[in-house]
Amino acid sequence: MISLLLILISSLFFVGIIVKTKAKIAARKMPSVLQPVYDVVRLFKKGAVYSQTTSAIFKMAPLVYFASVFLAVLFIPIGSQKALLSFDGDFVFFAYLLGIGKFMMIIAAMDTGSGFEGMGANREALYSMLVEPAFFILVGSVALFTNNVSFQDLFLHLKLDTNLYYIIGIASIYVFVYIAMVENSRMPVDDPKTHLELTMVHEVMILDNSGFDLALIHIVTWLKFSIYGALISNFIISNSWAIYWQIAAFFGIQLAFSLTVGILEAFKARNKMEKNPQWIIMLSAISIVVFLTVLIITEKIILN
Amino acid sequence: MTIILFKIVIIFALVLFMLPKQYQYYLGLVLHIAIISISSSWAINALAISSKVTLPFIPFLGNILSIEIDQLSAFFILVINMTMLTGIIYAKGYLQAYFHKKSKTEMAWHFFNFLWLHISMLLVVSLRDAIAFLMIWEVMSLSSFFLVIFETEKKETISIGIKYLIQMHIGVIFLMVAFIFAYVQTGAAFSFNGLSIYFASHNPFGLFLIFFIGFGIKAGFIPLHSWLPHAHPAAPSHVSAVMSGVMIKMGIYGILRVLMSIHHDLFNIGLFILIMSLISGLLGVSMAIVQHDVKKLLAYHSIENIGIIGIGIGLGVIGIAEDIPVLAALGFAGGILHILNHSLFKSLLFYTAGSVYKQTHTRNIEELGGLIKKMPKTALFFLLGALAISGLPPFNGFISEFLIYSGIFKSLHSANLFTDIVLMFSFTSLAIIGGLALFCFTKVFSVIFLGTARSSKVEHATEVESSMLIPDFIIGFMIVLIGFVPVIFMQPLSQIIGLFSIKMGAIQQIIPILNNISISSGIFIMLIGLLWILRTWQQKRHTIKQNTTWACACKVTNPAEHQYTATSYANNFKQLSSKVVNVKKDFKDFDETEIFPKARKFETHSSDVFEDNLITAPTNKILIWFEKIAVLQTGKIQHYLLYALLFLVLIYLLTHFNLI
Repeated sequence: MISLLLILISSLFFVGIIVKTKAKIAARKMPSVLQPVYDVVRLFKKGAVYSQTTSAIFKMAPLVYFASVFLAVLFIPIGSQKALLSFDGDFVFFAYLLGIGKFMMIIAAMDTGSGFEGMGANREALYSMLVEPAFFILVGSVALFTNNVSFQDLFLHLKLDTNLYYIIGIASIYVFVYIAMVENSRMPVDDPKTHLELTMVHEVMILDNSGFDLALIHIVTWLKFSIYGALISNFIISNSWAIYWQIAAFFGIQLAFSLTVGILEAFKARNKMEKNPQWIIMLSAISIVVFLTVLIITEKIILN
Repeated sequence: MTIILFKIVIIFALVLFMLPKQYQYYLGLVLHIAIISISSSWAINALAISSKVTLPFIPFLGNILSIEIDQLSAFFILVINMTMLTGIIYAKGYLQAYFHKKSKTEMAWHFFNFLWLHISMLLVVSLRDAIAFLMIWEVMSLSSFFLVIFETEKKETISIGIKYLIQMHIGVIFLMVAFIFAYVQTGAAFSFNGLSIYFASHNPFGLFLIFFIGFGIKAGFIPLHSWLPHAHPAAPSHVSAVMSGVMIKMGIYGILRVLMSIHHDLFNIGLFILIMSLISGLLGVSMAIVQHDVKKLLAYHSIENIGIIGIGIGLGVIGIAEDIPVLAALGFAGGILHILNHSLFKSLLFYTAGSVYKQTHTRNIEELGGLIKKMPKTALFFLLGALAISGLPPFNGFISEFLIYSGIFKSLHSANLFTDIVLMFSFTSLAIIGGLALFCFTKVFSVIFLGTARSSKVEHATEVESSMLIPDFIIGFMIVLIGFVPVIFMQPLSQIIGLFSIKMGAIQQIIPILNNISISSGIFIMLIGLLWILRTWQQKRHTIKQNTTWACACKVTNPAEHQYTATSYANNFKQLSSKVVNVKKDFKDFDETEIFPKARKFETHSSDVFEDNLITAPTNKILIWFEKIAVLQTGKIQHYLLYALLFLVLIYLLTHFNLI
């Protein structure tokens, strides 16, 4: 329960901090950290415009998308704080749950019959397919390392007792940061602040959403960042720490993560569209390094 | 008692030819239902008493041929019956379009073969004697051949049918060789039961390989698959559904049956099955993405799903070989459950695709679009099938894939280095297959049903009649049932995998996990419901407007022209996978001197790399030789007499010099 609350609270500020960081670096006037929250509240107070081309699919999609990501939050533990739902193999369920949300959003974008949205939908489908192996190899390696197969036990038994662990920790965090970027269609893959529809991925998919639906989609973005931030924090927080230290560390890590995203976005240019697949596959390659490291730690590969 | 009824039903099939056209369907339906109830009672009985049911069938070669139904046969009988039931219900509406075109005998012949396909599949899974098995296997191939060439007026259909028939016979040769080889080596019974004696005393890999090729051609493992993408589009939809849903699984059945009698040196066999399956899974779905013909696309997805089934079985065999019970149990459980799951969602997809074909007369998805408004129920069921085949929760495809994943992740720690690497490749491939399936089905669903119409063929489409929707409801119910309450299927499943000498603890462990999945799925649906209520409440208080799709401020006269097509959707994937997906462009580039360019056409065609290189290219080379030899065939009788004379002289000379 506490982990759910922590993730929900941190999600409120996440995008605000990113925006603020970017503004600071660009020496622009900074909006409030809660500006995204105000935006969403305003959206909830609005009506909606639906395209005549769309069908029931378009109306269902944001609901399924939101429900899938919200349910995914319930699987995430933080430090010694248990997840609400946990069973063996829950990370498979987690990954496929995000999949059904994506499936619905993609077909909803195609439902509008707009060429631009088709483009975004198609890219989203390809990139999320390419990023899938990285996630599985990474979690699989940790599962092999700890001999546990649910998020909760996985992170509970993650011990920092060998030097090689740092390779796992650093590589995992690196991969998770970028998985979060790909999943949220952020910088090296997609530029959320671009003004050209032809170069967008996620933003162009939701051109026709408005009001309540758009608000849900925005909240999903916060939640997704917060989920990955929580996963990253689990690599760092040790469950032997006192509870308030864990909570403080969690918020610290979320803050650091959002600052990182902000800084990355401010300084990095977007990849060329055709370079994106290659770049995403690179994440899988790094995950394989983690896998090999785990094989060494568990003495399956014996050096010397 | 039931066996006599079964025989009476078989004989009654001949009455089909005597009936006028309008009653044939109903007799067919009655006979199918009779067979379904008889054989299901056997199957349920076998599962209820958890042992083999043996019934004497007919006198055969001096012995009594008996029907032997163990739990594996029982499972397959129930899967076959399920799909045949929906198939025959669907056939009524689908065949209406052919009612006036076809003669009385042609219609009767179709129903007769459909019935015999059913009977032969039931017998394939319940006969053990090798000669009887091969004969009934042949009947299955023949009846499905006649079903495929139903639209005989199309020349292409016949050539596809012949191709299918030839490949099936190559398969049967391998099976025959394998059975005879085992028989000659051991002298034991010429049946499946006799195989275990051969396998006990010999290295099993060689003989298994021959069996695998024989059964693999039926199942459609890459590179043995090339009949599949042709036969499925050519056949009527209820036939493709049955062929893809259950007939190709007969190959899997054969492999499982052979595996049951192998008890040592299993690692290589498991690894071999796994590698073939990974290739089939990955390449099957990759090739599916570039297809425009919806039924061809579904056919490639059958290859992919055979791959997933094979991954489960292959991992299960590796689990037995390496003594990792959890991998063995969950691998087999996932693979076998996926047989049922695939038969459900694939037949659902074929039925709905057939309904679309019936209403629009095109299978080319580029000519469709916006059908969800005209055929909402069909669209909904297609979506259900698409979600299930992509392996997404809370539907049935996820459950079987989850079992396989669980098996892999739970055994990572206890496996050795090599197995770990194999496992890593397996789950990575499963993840990629899942992602690609999602890519493919978002494409096909949205291009057929969403957006606006891409051609005038869509204009007159209406929802199909209710008799064609009944099968969709039945299957849809099963898909949701397995998705939400998978636990009820675990008891029969554990009986089946018990046949493979697997320790059963792992299946018991998985039950609480599946319960958790059910709970999570329940929460998921409740969340969606809650959001729905919230939004309805919110939107009642504000104005909801309708407008055109936002087109970046440009005036769109024909929205269909702006839409993303299936080709453009597949394009970025095509660039990634140009090695395995052979797409040829047909376009003449502009010439520099061409000041006033004429109209140009641009076409792309995709062809199957394996078919091109393994079948078409070699046969073309052989054909060149055959054409040279054809010089001898002059058509003059004097020449033929001369050949005979030369032959006699040759024989004389050879015997004279003691050469033969």
